[in-house]
Formats: sequence, C-alpha cells, structure tokens
Amino acid sequence: MNARAIRPAFYVGAGILLAGLPLAQPPAFFESFLYLVFFWIALATSWAILSGFSGYFSFGHGAFFGAGMYTLANLTTNLDLPFGWSLLASGVAAALLGLGVGAVVFRVRRLRGELFALLTLAVTFVLATIVLNTPLDGGPGVFMSASVLPRIYESPSGTIYLFGLGIAALSLATARIVQYTRLGRGLFAISDDEDVAEVLGVPTFGYKLAAVGLAGFLAGVAGGIHAVFVSYVTVAETFSITVPLFVVLMSVLGGARHWFGPAIGATLVTALTYAFVGGEWAVFGRGLIGVTLVAAVLFLPHGIMGLVASRRKRPPPPAIPAEPPAPSQAAHAPSHKPLLVCQDVRLSFQGVKALAGVSLDVRAGEILGLVGPNGSGKSTLINVISGYYRRQSGRILLEGQDLSRRPGHRIARIGVGRTYQIPRPFRRLNVLENVALYATFGAAGLERAAAERAALYWLGFVGLGDRAHALPLELNLHQRKFLELARALASGARLILLDEILAGLTPAEIDNAIALIRRIQAAGATIVFVEHNMRAVVALADRVVVLNHGEVIASGLPKDVMADPAVVAAYLGKSHA
Amino acid sequence: MPSATLLGQSVLSGVLVGGLYALMGVGLSLSWAFLRLINLAHLALVFLAAYLTYALAEGAHMSPFLAMLLLVPPFFVIGVALQWLFARFKVDEFGSVLATFGLMVIVESVIQGIWTADFRRLETPLSTASWRVGPIFVPVSESIMFIVAVALLVAIWAWLRFTYVGKAMRASAENPDIAAAFGVNHARLALLMAGVAASSACIAGGFIALIATLAPSQIYAWVGVIFATVIMGGLGNPLGILAAGLLIGVSEAVTMALTAPSWAPLVSFTLLILILILRPGRA
Repeated sequence: MNARAIRPAFYVGAGILLAGLPLAQPPAFFESFLYLVFFWIALATSWAILSGFSGYFSFGHGAFFGAGMYTLANLTTNLDLPFGWSLLASGVAAALLGLGVGAVVFRVRRLRGELFALLTLAVTFVLATIVLNTPLDGGPGVFMSASVLPRIYESPSGTIYLFGLGIAALSLATARIVQYTRLGRGLFAISDDEDVAEVLGVPTFGYKLAAVGLAGFLAGVAGGIHAVFVSYVTVAETFSITVPLFVVLMSVLGGARHWFGPAIGATLVTALTYAFVGGEWAVFGRGLIGVTLVAAVLFLPHGIMGLVASRRKRPPPPAIPAEPPAPSQAAHAPSHKPLLVCQDVRLSFQGVKALAGVSLDVRAGEILGLVGPNGSGKSTLINVISGYYRRQSGRILLEGQDLSRRPGHRIARIGVGRTYQIPRPFRRLNVLENVALYATFGAAGLERAAAERAALYWLGFVGLGDRAHALPLELNLHQRKFLELARALASGARLILLDEILAGLTPAEIDNAIALIRRIQAAGATIVFVEHNMRAVVALADRVVVLNHGEVIASGLPKDVMADPAVVAAYLGKSHA
Repeated sequence: MPSATLLGQSVLSGVLVGGLYALMGVGLSLSWAFLRLINLAHLALVFLAAYLTYALAEGAHMSPFLAMLLLVPPFFVIGVALQWLFARFKVDEFGSVLATFGLMVIVESVIQGIWTADFRRLETPLSTASWRVGPIFVPVSESIMFIVAVALLVAIWAWLRFTYVGKAMRASAENPDIAAAFGVNHARLALLMAGVAASSACIAGGFIALIATLAPSQIYAWVGVIFATVIMGGLGNPLGILAAGLLIGVSEAVTMALTAPSWAPLVSFTLLILILILRPGRA
C-alpha cells in the first residue's frame, strides 16, 4: 500500500482508539485534560480556516464561541431541547453570526488586515453587552447541568471527552478538505493579494463568506460543548479576551497556513497552561504565554508548520508537457468581427475624469496597441475592463455579453485575462501554483491535475519551466514579467490585456518578449497591450488607439497614427512657433 | 426620564472621561500613524505607570503628580527600546498586533505578580474633593486630568504641525522613500516618536491611579473604547482624538443615565463598527 492509502486508515484508526479511551476508565483529570486539548484544537483550527487561510485575522473568535455557548445553554436549560439539536443550533447560530458580519464587512475593500481584526473584536464586545443585558444571560450567568448530555459513556466526563474529540476531528477534517480544494486555493490567493485574486476569477466575496461560515459553525459547536464542560456560563468568562488571544497564539505558533499547524500549537499551549495551573504559577504561566507569542512573531513568523515546509527539499523541476493543454478557445484568424466593444465608458475619481467617454473596438485575433501619455487613462481602462474598477456609465461588451455590471471574477470566467505593470505574483505560492491558480479559476476552469499540466505547459512556453518550484521573490524582474504572461495565458482567456509588460526590460529581453507575444497571437488570443515603447508598438500592433485625458484622440494603423498632429501634440506639447 | 441635573452631571462626567480616553489613546494613534505599529501594549504601559504611581504615592508618600513626572523619563526609554526591537526584527503592522498582545499579557502577569489581582485604590485628599457649580459637582482630580490632557494633546498637535520633527514624521508616514530622499532619518525620528508615545502612556497612567480603581484585568477593559477613540479621531490627529474621546465619553455617560451602566459598552463599540464600515477612505 502506498502512503496515500495508508493515511486515511491511520486517521480513522487513531480516532477509534481515542474514542474508546473512556472505556479504559482513566482518571478524570486525564479525560478533562485531553478534552481541553481537543477543545482548543477545534477552536484554533476553525480560526485558521478563516484567518490563517484567507489572511483575515479575526479577534472575534470569542463571539462565535460565545454565541454557541449561550445558544446551547439557553436551549437546553430554558427550553429543555435535546442536546443534539441544541448543539447543531449552536453551530448554526454562530455560523449565521459570521455570515451576517461577513456580508457587511467583506463588501468594504478597506476593511482588511488590522481594521478587520479590530472590527471583529468590537463585534465580540457588542455581542457580550447584548447578552449580558437580555434574558439570554441577564447578569448572573446560566447554570448548566451535566444531565442534559446523552449517556454515551457512564461518566459525563467521558461523554464530554467524546464530543470534544468529535468536534476536533470534524474541524481538522474540514480544514484539511478546505486546504486541498478550490476553496482553499482561492483563500490562499486572497490572503496574498485579494484584488488580483478577484480579477483572475476567484469569487472572493463568496469564498470569504464560506470561510467565515465554516469557522463560525465549528467554533459555535465547540462553544456548545464547552458550555456543558464549564457548567456555569458567564459573560465575563465567555467573551473574555482569552479565547481570541489563545487561538491566535496557537495558530501562529503552529503555523496558520496549514490545516495541521493550529493543532500543534493548541496541544503545546494547552499542555503548557495545564502545567502551570493553580496558585502562584498561573500568573507565571500567563506571562510565559505572552513571551511565547512575542518570540513566535519575532523568530518564527510562519509557525512550526511553516518551518517544516521551508526545510523540506524542493523536488526537481517537472517535465514540460509537449501538447498545449486545451484547444485555445478562439483559434481563428484575425477578423473584423469585434471581440470587445467599449461604448462611451466613463469613470471619474473625485472629479478627475480618468475616462471621459472612451469608445473602441477590439477585433478578434488582433493585437491592439493602447498608447498615450502618462495619466491618459490607459491603465484605468484596463482596470475597468477587467472589473477592478466599476465604470460610472457606458457599456463594455465581450461578444455581446455586457461585462460592465459584473464582478471581476465573472469577467475572468467569461474570458478576460490581464497582467500587471508591476508584477503582482502571489508571494507565498510558488511559480507553478501561481500559474495553476489561473488555469483553475480563469476561463479555462480546469481541475487540479489538468490545471497543473496546463500551468507547466505555459511556464515552458515563456521559458520558466525550470523555475516551477521557485517562489516569485526569487525571480528577477524579467522573469516576473514572464510569470505574469504565463498566468494570463494559463487562464484560457480569449482577450488578454497586457499592461506595460515591456517596461523596465533590456532591449534583448524586449525582443524576446515581442517574439513571445507574436506566438500568443498565433495561438489564437486577442491582445490589447498598453505600452510606451514605440518600437514595440510599431513592431507588434495591428492597430493603435491613442488616449489622452481619458479620451480616444486617434486610432488606426501604427504608422498613420504616429504621424497624426493631435498625437504628436499630446506627446510633445503644442508648437508655439 | 432623568432630571436635568442628573443629565448635566452625566454630560460633565462624560466630557471628563472623554479627555481620559483621548489621553490614553494619543500614543496609540501616534505609533499607528507614524510607526505603522498597532501597539496594544500601550494600554499595558498605561497600567504599569498607574501601578508605579500608586506604589510611589502609597509606599513612599510622594505626591502622585511628582511620581508621574519622575516616571516619564524611564517610560520614554521603554518606548524607545520597544521601537528599536520592532524595527530590528522588521515587525509589520499585523505582527505588531500579535507581539504587543503578547507584551500586554507579560505586563499583566508582572503587575499581578507584584501587586496581586486585588483591587487597589490610591487614597489622597484629592480623590474625593470636588467643587460645586450650581447643582453639579465637579470632581477636582478629574478636572486636573482633563486640563492636562487637553494641554498635552494641543502640544502634540502643535509639535506635529509646526516643528521639523513633526513635519518630517508626517512626510515619512505619507511616503517613506521620498521623505528619505529629502534627508529624513525615519529610524531615528521613529525612536523619538515611540518615546513620546510611551511618555503619554505614563501621564495617562498617573491619572488613572488618581481617579480609578486598579486591577490587572482592567487593562483589557479599556482596549475596545480606546481603539474606538483612536480610529474615530483619525490616525495621528491629536485634536481629532480629543473630539472623538469627548463624543464617546458623553454618549456613554448619557446612555448610562438613560438606561443601565451595563449598556454603556454598546455605544462605543457600535460607533466603532459603524465608523469602520461607513467612513470612506480613512485609515
């Protein structure tokens, strides 16, 4: 049997052994210690699904946990509902809380990083205040009785232990599945560069909601179980800073970008605090946790799993497939049929007209050069077509489908790919993963193995095949520009928007790039390229469109356009002679 | 409906506590805006200063105001040292939240180790004294705190607005590379700024010792409301913080008078959430 087949059997076997542990009647403190380990594994792992994977660090995990705790306490104690249904309701309540917060917060582009962390902390305090002042708690707290538990094992502590094991296993399984599926890859992309992720085809809003929903559900269930364990639920304890502090510490220590990292951190920290329980030592233990957190940030920024991953030896560069992955979607000769039509597209930033009514056609199969002085609106137009900015009026049609109302990831699916003037690779994914992401989420929409094959093919095409396992930061500018190109190609886009792909390259590298762009056109793609390098424009473009102050001032064959007096004036200023 | 007197008394106490919020928040705001550090440990420093003031005043029978002043230089040094450490390890904005969270826990355990978890209250003749203005009582120590807070905030505002250091810091915050090209030594200014921020924590702590009851866990109780003040006021804007502190303080005090004290956190945190979501382009 190979390792792939042994692993699931190992997990299941370990699970059964652990589940049967109470039959051996271990001392009660042992069960409760293991329960605490499981409890923190569940909380830390569920936190990592949202915060570790997507980079949206939350200090609001206490809110999910607390929502679960109070849901269970109230349903079983005040309404006498059965434990199982109440536990499910705890998870659902916390998930709904997460979805509610996410539905508002994730729409605001600004609320990332530390502002998101603060906001989630504030949500926790608001929830705590509401719970404290309503009959949910009412002030004195809620007493729980262990009799609400189903009798699975003779002792309640054994039964709680089993539930703890269950939620820990469920959290780990969820995290593992998420990490290795589309959702996980999308979340990793979001964590490195959310704007690029959206424009390449990752439905960022939906994925973030999915992550916060899952995280909330798991934390809510863990909270529900914990309510029975602590048996006395109070606002001060439930919504204290301990829960968010501990889950962040555990995940950061273990490595929050791997499904198993938080579990390592949770086990270590729980064992550490258990060792210092009681009396004078409790203070010392808390201090030690603080020291661990500081040390982890300073010396181990990627956690234990991050350290393990960085020590692992890189496999040799894989072989490049000879065949293009899939027939290109637009493998036909240049025609006069327009692929993309922009009609009177307008966009202003606080009164500055970036695009003052741009109308242009891009014909299927052609290379269209988009030129103009700095600030003329070229990059803005690319940003509007690819969906990063939303136009204020006008229409943008790709083969008759209106793009202008769609979010960026829908536009990418329809078949628009782009590169960035300053390359924006996902810095914590390797070159191959960077390209495969485009093949997965772009118009090509390939499954995992096919996406990787396609990625390798296009990496070979741009000459980066031997750097497949390198991280983007290890590449030089020329290679990073070509990585951008490989990503746009792998997306399977019919229309490829190249934003100053040649800027900063040496003359020899420019020749190299020009040859490459010709090959891309020959493969059937339509290309719009923004460029300042006139030699390249003349060499490559079938037609040229000139923008100035957000308006089209000329269009036509390169040599005609370059001689146009309006174009000369835009570049060199009006002659006063 | 509470009487006009009660309402007036609430507004006054809201104004006074708002000054305290601003005083506690200004250092946090400065380091966030100019050092790109979200220094949660700032609040821990505030409480460390409070306990030290308490110890000097209670144990050594020193005037609390003298104690506060004596503590400023060591706190300045602490701030500089922390900034040096963060710069040395190139801690980014998010790393700083985690690391200073850790520092906060360390300081809390140190405080708890020395002074235990019991509540401590500094008893001075000032702590119960108050002036009577018509039907309203004006507490003396809170009023002194408020005056010092306003003076300090205005001084920091003027420092940022009119001096070389202030202008250079603001230029660096806007664009570090261009500021550096004009000869701004950001690393050294950052040390100075961190020292000033920690000194403001020291002053805030001294007044906390004068007017509030101390307990190690109290450190966390302030986190939310201080962040609300800092963000609402606009980063690196001392006068904005003062305005935000007053707004939050008064709205909390009025909520307490109209409903129950336990509802008060709802106001500041709801305000914080709304501002984060609705305020365009800030921070």
